[in-house]
Amino acid sequence: MHEAWTFSDYILLVIGAIFVNNILLAQFLGNCPFLGVSRKMETATGMAMAVIFVMTLAGIITWIVQTYVLVPLRLEYLQTIFFILIIAALVQLVEMFLQKSFPALYQALGIFLPLITTNCAVLGVAVINIREELTFLQTVVYSFASAVGYGFALILFTGIREQLEVSGIPDFMKGTAIGLVTAGLLSLAFFGFAGMVG
Amino acid sequence: MSLWKDFSKGLWKDIAPFRIVLGLCPTLAVTTAADNGLAMGLATTFVLTCSNILVSALRNIIPRRVRIASYVLIIATFTVMVELVMQAYFYPLYMILGIFIPLIVVNCIILGRAEAFASKRPVLNSIADGVGIGLGFSMSLTVLGAIREILGAGTLFGYAIFGPDFSPMTFMVKPPGAFVWLGLLLGVMNIIKRGRV
Repeated sequence: MHEAWTFSDYILLVIGAIFVNNILLAQFLGNCPFLGVSRKMETATGMAMAVIFVMTLAGIITWIVQTYVLVPLRLEYLQTIFFILIIAALVQLVEMFLQKSFPALYQALGIFLPLITTNCAVLGVAVINIREELTFLQTVVYSFASAVGYGFALILFTGIREQLEVSGIPDFMKGTAIGLVTAGLLSLAFFGFAGMVG
Repeated sequence: MSLWKDFSKGLWKDIAPFRIVLGLCPTLAVTTAADNGLAMGLATTFVLTCSNILVSALRNIIPRRVRIASYVLIIATFTVMVELVMQAYFYPLYMILGIFIPLIVVNCIILGRAEAFASKRPVLNSIADGVGIGLGFSMSLTVLGAIREILGAGTLFGYAIFGPDFSPMTFMVKPPGAFVWLGLLLGVMNIIKRGRV
């Protein structure tokens, strides 16, 4: 069992998830949308908001399902199938709910919601929560912090990429190629945070 | 003849993840060594081929409106199979690849092939397509893994290839090395394709 966590432990968990083990740059989750939507700042912020919203919800729901349905029924081996279906259904529900109740937010998130189903960061965080045997509160905090880290890295990267558009780059490196190298340098910068949290 | 075409396009013309820039997460994450890359590639090839067969065989039965959900379910089934087999027979590998085995289910290459190819073509062509794209993906992962392993650890498939004086560039097996090398390889592919810089 886990020892009781103090408030500072949670702070460390948040800092660790955002800076040290950034889900995008250190754990390589969710890279396809990362390169896809990082051409423009508006799309990047839209995606970041959508990810924060869905990832936190998905982390919470999958944890509940795992603890109160799969484990008592000894169905842990079906985890992958269950989780991906939950996420797909959740995205659909969130989409319908926002469309009816918060049309403005729905407009802002737009096409990014359905894309999130195949964002492996969402499934990845859900699986990490279970593998690391986090408690419910830790799951909530970790899912949210990871999502914030994702949005943070995405928006930083987009800022750099908008600058790249206007700089002289050799033809063969244009587009995704230079984007990946840039992401490597950004990842190196995030490496500087390693060791900050023990 | 068209079977051969469907197979061979995955090896160069549409090679993943360079020509079709999808499936980047496993590409970047597991290529710390050549054999890890190869294992991940082969696991993906299995899931891709099997899901292509099933999607193609059921293409006239699955209603269009629920097709994506059906594809995801088919892919998830084969992913769980791979996961259980690896856990039982290749445990060390299972531990190294870790979270990226269940994540095969959200590898966009597989869903992409199901939607763009297998849902419109006969079974045999879909098998050729799945095996071709899968092998191309394995090849890319192995090459990327080999480069990073040689520079970052001084070994290839676990065998030392430099003398004892070699000091490894740890940077290469760390996350930044993955991004930088994938970017550079993509640039090299662009040069080869155009035949000029």
